[in-house]
Amino acid sequence: MRSVGWREFVITRLIRAAGYSSILFVGMIFIFLLREGAPAVVEIPFDTLFSERWYPIEDYFGILPLIGGSILVTIGAAVVAVPIGLATAIFIAEVAPRWLREILKPFVELLGGLPSVLLGFLGILVMAPLIRTTLNIPTGLTAFTGSLLLGGIAIPTIVSVAEDALDAVPRTYRDAALAMGATEWQTIWRVTLPAARSGVLTAIMLGIGRALGETMTVMMVTGNAPVLPLSPMALFEPARTMTATIAAEMGEVANGSVHYHSLFLIGIVLFLISLVINLAAASVVFRQRKRAERVLS
Amino acid sequence: MMKSRLFLVRNILRINLTLVFLLLVSCGKTTPNNGTSPSEAQTIENKGSDTMVNLALAWAEAYQPDHPEVRISVTGGGSGTGIAALINGTVDIANASRQIKQEERDLAEANGITPVEFVVAQDAIAVVVNPSNPIDRLSIQQISDIYSGKITNWREVGGENRPIVRLSRETNSGTHVYFLEEVLRQGNKDDNTLFSTNTLLMPSSEGISAEIRQNPNAIGYDGLGYVTEGMKVIAISQSAESPYVMPSAETVNNGTYPIARDLYMYTSGEPSGNILAYIEWICGSQAQAIVTDLGFVPIQP
Repeated sequence: MRSVGWREFVITRLIRAAGYSSILFVGMIFIFLLREGAPAVVEIPFDTLFSERWYPIEDYFGILPLIGGSILVTIGAAVVAVPIGLATAIFIAEVAPRWLREILKPFVELLGGLPSVLLGFLGILVMAPLIRTTLNIPTGLTAFTGSLLLGGIAIPTIVSVAEDALDAVPRTYRDAALAMGATEWQTIWRVTLPAARSGVLTAIMLGIGRALGETMTVMMVTGNAPVLPLSPMALFEPARTMTATIAAEMGEVANGSVHYHSLFLIGIVLFLISLVINLAAASVVFRQRKRAERVLS
Repeated sequence: MMKSRLFLVRNILRINLTLVFLLLVSCGKTTPNNGTSPSEAQTIENKGSDTMVNLALAWAEAYQPDHPEVRISVTGGGSGTGIAALINGTVDIANASRQIKQEERDLAEANGITPVEFVVAQDAIAVVVNPSNPIDRLSIQQISDIYSGKITNWREVGGENRPIVRLSRETNSGTHVYFLEEVLRQGNKDDNTLFSTNTLLMPSSEGISAEIRQNPNAIGYDGLGYVTEGMKVIAISQSAESPYVMPSAETVNNGTYPIARDLYMYTSGEPSGNILAYIEWICGSQAQAIVTDLGFVPIQP
């Protein structure tokens, strides 16, 4: 009896430590980023940092075009991935017969495991020429091409997580709705989807996070030209994302140089953007839950 | 503790090998020392310029069979990457398609490393377009204006009414820096001309050639050794009056092709032993024949 108590004590502590470790790791990563990136704020004058030109070998450290490029490509990817991803998840969870579902789900997950460099090859050799000729634009290496491929990368994440969330909605909800005379579509749209809202939102956020952080594909297909996107038409022009900049330039910089610090500063910005996305998602999820609780009580 | 001991062992090994080499030299022989067992092989780390990576690999492959006393490991990454590795003391030989910058030299000396320079080959920079583009000649001034964004349509240089898509290597490429200094700024140090912001920065030579092959709007540049089928090389003139010249070993050696550069290897300190032997071999006729085979230009003996 005593030995069980002792074991219990150790196991509880271990599990708690594992739980806290993710906070610890995020904290340590942030401290590391700050330590390496913060000097850039001192070394680079403010007006240079917020200028429109990124050309680090001649000391132009304007990060706005890079932030703009990342946001542009990510929004494009979300516009592609969210409707398709949700529709696929709904189809797999609610509409498809069981045998089809058994086939579709593994295939979607397999798609999620495709190495992004392969998609980059696909983009550079097949999609870029196709996009250039069909849209009649100067080059196919554009933010749009990146968005399409990133959308493709985000879809499996969204489908997989959203489908799990929909699947977790109790059967009784659907039965009740159908018994009330709702059509299948009304059941999906008004009952199942709202009930799975928090999981579906998590799916979307994970998908967007995947798109924001993706590096190899965007580096291969977006053309990497650091132009500040000022209108939606910039989607059909080349763009340079933060991730591609870090990946392309990190190998070259001398440790401790201004350029090195500026790349870490970009890392901090990237970190903060994903933090904001996650916080926004969390706040929406919590608000929804409160309302649902109110309705139930 | 462990690390320092390893270091010591490596140093002793190196000194031994140097002694062996010195003995060989004193005998006036440069025949390879086949007596060394593979376990004593010294690894020569060779890293840097992507332009030179195929050349460096071909050299290493040709050198290796006759010289079991060394193992040469070749990696690319860009000239800046190679020099950074030399500064950090992680490579024996850095390949660079540009000369080392003064600030890099200062950083290296701060780390107790004196980079020593060797010119090992020459390379012509070819300006390329899609084969369907009717343009076949440009002056340096026109290329500079195209890349700086002053000329945006092929019509302005006598071509079709098409927008110009500018392709360049990434900023860590020695080719990029050379092109900026010698073509955009035409060698003028006070010139602050920059690449137009909408210049596409491609992470690899393959990225440039893929886009050139399929896009009639595109213009790009890369080492002559990287020009493949499906790309059209442009003849270039120094000024509007001088003749237009196509890049080749001949035009580079007689100095008529205006954008050619030296390719370098840097060692940390005066090389000795196996590294010296390797560099001497590279400057010799066998290695320079490989230079020609790969589309680069051999150094004049």
